[in-house]
Amino acid sequence: MTRTQLLAADGTEVRSDENERHWAVADALDDETRLGMLREMVVTRALDTEAGNLQRQGKLGLWAPSLGQEGGQAGVGFAMRPQDTLFPSYREHLMARMRGVRFEQIIDIFRGSTHGGWNPAETQNCRLYSLVIGTHALHGTGYAMGIRFDEESGSGDVDRDEAVVICYGDGASSQGDASEGLVFANTYETPTLFMVQNNKWAISVPSSTQSRTSLATRASGFGLDAAEVDGNDVLASYAVARQMLDEARTKNRPQYLELDTYRMGAHTTSDDPTRYRTRDEEEAWRQRDPIERMRAHLRSRGATDAQIASVDEEARDAAAAVRGYTMTAGSPSSDEIFDFVFSEGNESLEEQKLALARFEASFGGDA
Amino acid sequence: MTEQLPIARALNLAMRDAMTADDKVVLMGEDIGDLGGVFRVTDGLKADFGDRRVLDTPLAESGIIGTAIGLAMRGYRPVCEIQFDGFVYPGFDQIVSQLAKLTNRHRGTQPFPVVIRIPHGGHIGAIEHHQESPEGYFAHTAGLRVVAPSTANDAYWMMRQAIESDDPIIFMEPKAKYWTKGAVDTTAPAHPLHASVVAKPGEQVTLVGHSAMVHVLLQAAAIAEGEGISCEVIDLRSVAPVDYQPVVDSLRKTGRCVVAQEAPGHASIGSEVAATLMERCFYSLEAPVLRVSAFDAPFPPSQLESIYLPDADRVLDAVDRVLAY
Repeated sequence: MTRTQLLAADGTEVRSDENERHWAVADALDDETRLGMLREMVVTRALDTEAGNLQRQGKLGLWAPSLGQEGGQAGVGFAMRPQDTLFPSYREHLMARMRGVRFEQIIDIFRGSTHGGWNPAETQNCRLYSLVIGTHALHGTGYAMGIRFDEESGSGDVDRDEAVVICYGDGASSQGDASEGLVFANTYETPTLFMVQNNKWAISVPSSTQSRTSLATRASGFGLDAAEVDGNDVLASYAVARQMLDEARTKNRPQYLELDTYRMGAHTTSDDPTRYRTRDEEEAWRQRDPIERMRAHLRSRGATDAQIASVDEEARDAAAAVRGYTMTAGSPSSDEIFDFVFSEGNESLEEQKLALARFEASFGGDA
Repeated sequence: MTEQLPIARALNLAMRDAMTADDKVVLMGEDIGDLGGVFRVTDGLKADFGDRRVLDTPLAESGIIGTAIGLAMRGYRPVCEIQFDGFVYPGFDQIVSQLAKLTNRHRGTQPFPVVIRIPHGGHIGAIEHHQESPEGYFAHTAGLRVVAPSTANDAYWMMRQAIESDDPIIFMEPKAKYWTKGAVDTTAPAHPLHASVVAKPGEQVTLVGHSAMVHVLLQAAAIAEGEGISCEVIDLRSVAPVDYQPVVDSLRKTGRCVVAQEAPGHASIGSEVAATLMERCFYSLEAPVLRVSAFDAPFPPSQLESIYLPDADRVLDAVDRVLAY
């Protein structure tokens, strides 16, 4: 299967008969949008780096960096339309932010104050992060089945038809739920884009252990339209995803896009990549960094140093704001343990909540 | 209106009425369409509501539950059929790690009105994996409501109430009693979904159970009556939450209690009920609360099931033992 690339690692344009139709989509992007793509990547990386620092300083229990995967995420993020729904895993910080999730809400998960963080009705249908690998492939597929039953897709109108983006990675591709998601998506012809970031490592296990073929090749066997793209090339990711998403939404044809990328950071702050991969490998991927590539592309189109510097400045400010928030954020009330287990009251839980209050009060002072 | 219906037909009518009342109610499961389910519980519903309301899904339990969760996020009220008790485990993660926790993770902003129907229990002489009682796993999981009707009227109303609930419900169906008839009054429910009720009043020993076991307890109580022993039978109806008040009231009167179940006894619903009664009724107890359970062994080949599953004789043996104190 051909891997689509529009920008080479050094940012120069790669034009061929094969990628011409993708360039047609990318060429329609104005400079402001391209600068916006850079902005999302740079700001997210700054926030991501800050979160890693905060974890090292004991302010977060854990952090899952998206370092290196910003290109594909920005590409698909820009390819999504307002009416779309995003089912992220737990590393789509850039995409979540694009849908309206505040980075502080993601921080709240990792500093241990919530298991959710936001209300999808208020975040342009960005659903909650999902930690059990692959499970949300089925949730997204079921949601997309609902879109079909509601007849909110398949009309041919790209501004009206809804689609669902489901994010997972090479590790999740081995999970049964990921395969069952493909089966159900195909059976019910859902308007879905499976966005599969092959970042080469599932914690310490290489993607070659998950599959001896490309993941997209595997998806073809399930009957889905499948493609591969250079996931560190934001323009290519955008162009390919834009077409696949519109194909999914207007024709009810589920799509599978494998993004070739690399987890440049650790799996999480608890991980130690030096135990399983080489510095040389990391360095080779650093040469393919999505951000540097986009900066070079923008410069080649006449972007000024001031424009590019303004993005960096914005990123520094955003990171400082998140640091400020995290240093002062409080703890949740113990009511959080009890109040949302069921939609309606539960006598036993109410009793336990009261018993806890009595127990706390028994120590005297403020209950 | 009251009519005599077998439990399977009462469930069918409940789903039919719920689907008529709310077009967001959809049925999902294996073979539930043209076949009407392996027990025919969904018989005729696909013909009347079409294949967008009655989904013959691919053969994948995790897929059924997982996509039902997604449909609930979209505003649907899915009712999933798991073909047999022992086939629910491929969907276990989606039930206990996802469905059970999602209301909490959404801080109540997103309801998850998913009903999972599971025909459970033995006494049908089936091969392996077809006669189990897994409700204890689900009752143990915070965020799930687990109910188990024993009568046709309860089957109808508890199914209606389960579909109307905004919370996930594990709905255990007494498959050995699917074709046992009872009066169904469709005008109004007799009880709230989670109420336990006195199935037969008595004075000397309290017998507690749920689902098909209630029928065994009623049989045991009838035999005991012939021997001059008066037993009160409590039908729990719901095993999560458990409505303890009728059980406590009964035990304060009788002072003696036997809890029976088809599941193995270790870490079971019977264990939980016995422990709670000990905490709440300690001064009323004349004897330890005894459990009558299946053995702590896998469900045996069907030729041995009548030995493995508690019957009226084993219940009566326990009655004799609590009366001996």
